[in-house]
Amino acid sequence: MTNSKKNRIKDKLFEYFGIACTFFGLVMLAIFIGNILIDGLTRIDLDFLQNLPSRKPEKSGILTAWTGSLWILCFTTLIAFPLGVAAGIYLEEYGKKSSLSSLLEVNISNLAGVPSIIYGLLGLEIFVRVFSLGNSILAGAFTLALLILPIIIVATREAIRAVPPSIRAASYGLGASKWQTVWHQVLPASMGGIFTGVILAISRAVGETAPLIVVGALAYVPFTPSSPMDEFTVMPIQIFNWVSRPLHGFTINAAAAIIILLLITFIMNGIAVYLRNKWQKKISW
Amino acid sequence: MKKRRLEYFIELILKACAVVTILTTIGIIWVLLSESLTFFKEVSIKDFLTDTEWTPLFAKKHFGILPLISGTLLTTFIAVCVALPLGLVIAIYLSQYAPKRFRKIIKPLLEVLAAVPTVVYGFFALMVVTPFLQNLIPNMAGFNALSAGIVMGIMIIPFVSSLSEDALQAVPKSLKNAAYGLGSTRFQTSFRVMVPAASSGIIVSVILAFSRAIGETMIVAIAAGQQPRLTANPLVPIETITAYIVQVAKGDVPHGTLEYRTIFAAGITLFVFTFILNNISFWIRKKYREQYD
Repeated sequence: MTNSKKNRIKDKLFEYFGIACTFFGLVMLAIFIGNILIDGLTRIDLDFLQNLPSRKPEKSGILTAWTGSLWILCFTTLIAFPLGVAAGIYLEEYGKKSSLSSLLEVNISNLAGVPSIIYGLLGLEIFVRVFSLGNSILAGAFTLALLILPIIIVATREAIRAVPPSIRAASYGLGASKWQTVWHQVLPASMGGIFTGVILAISRAVGETAPLIVVGALAYVPFTPSSPMDEFTVMPIQIFNWVSRPLHGFTINAAAAIIILLLITFIMNGIAVYLRNKWQKKISW
Repeated sequence: MKKRRLEYFIELILKACAVVTILTTIGIIWVLLSESLTFFKEVSIKDFLTDTEWTPLFAKKHFGILPLISGTLLTTFIAVCVALPLGLVIAIYLSQYAPKRFRKIIKPLLEVLAAVPTVVYGFFALMVVTPFLQNLIPNMAGFNALSAGIVMGIMIIPFVSSLSEDALQAVPKSLKNAAYGLGSTRFQTSFRVMVPAASSGIIVSVILAFSRAIGETMIVAIAAGQQPRLTANPLVPIETITAYIVQVAKGDVPHGTLEYRTIFAAGITLFVFTFILNNISFWIRKKYREQYD
């Protein structure tokens, strides 16, 4: 065999190896989701969604968990969305090249690398104790909002950066002030990108477990929350709780709850990808 | 005049929102420092760093962080051993071999791996991977570092692959074309030209993967066990820093006690690790960014 033939075979072999590696993770995920579906799919019915947690696995439901997740999701969004977008606007449109903004930039990329459980410790000390919110939905939502803030800021900045300067120049040329330009031109043009980022950030928050455990979300809550100051549990914590129990019935419950959590996550990610594609097509400057 | 004041006011509000991120950092550092300083008044730093036992919840208390660190590093090491080769090969394949259309479909699919909540991966490790591995390795414990590490590795594959791919894409086309022009195959071009040229970016992706794996919590809390021990054996139950924090937070440890403060001491250790790794990666990125421009 000549050298060049050998090289070509090596090249081809690596191509197959590359395909195999690319699919390895996805196949593992598929096996896993298949497993979960087999375990949990038959467990999902209306009662499972409507029942309170119970000591008997077949009577337990995820009512408190999904309502808790919904509360957390709403409040986290309410807090993080305006904060993150405003910060993104500031960094991209106002504070360029100031020493404050370079500090902000380094700081934000550092925050993005802080483990989520550390945010839990922050929330436990600041929101639960200093602000004395207790183990409430509000304390959890504030903690998660800080956690996803860097994601929203980065997404906002990228979306704003994609708006060409000519749009701003035209707006200024017509006599608009800076804020009018931002509010009426830049923001509408970048909304697609911003929403994509926000949805991805929220979907991350929905799946987050560790910081909420630290903040004191309970594994067992026998009622659905009725105000933001109530104690709460969320889907991932309910799953964690069921996984840690030896009884087989609870494992099946966990699988069923995972199906629902995954469904929520995938739908949100799907919407984000759809939005991104739609906006990319629609706006071509 | 009124308008100008309004503009100024709006800018001030936007600035305040941006400053929240700085307050967050200050908050994190203040919380970790103040609680762990009180902790270190009762436990000497020397004991903390050299004692080989971590039993703060038992009657006979030891406060040596080493077992937790070894547990963390063990799972992290296994995870990186899984994610690095796979992620790198995927990055090379996608950037040098794969047709454009295939890449467009497969990249969002790979991102799904990172979007799955970690508690779900924990379930996967405990209920699927551990029983499977127990068939192959009969004396493996139900909780162990190996399954947790492997699953964590699968989770961070897209992390390594997308960062490495970015690094490979950033290599100037001329280098690649020169290699092809000299008659190299794609394999030779990839490994003798592209990977060395993109090495700094690839190293950054590995460091960030490390930092990510060190801070990962739920997979290890579910599947790796709650027994802090100083060992490199991946088949026995261990405990990581993050899993310890969860274990304590889950229980009912009253505020203000020494046990309560241990989670902040553990937290600051974790924070220091990830902070150093993240900053090394920033430094590398900055230093080697414009090498080819």
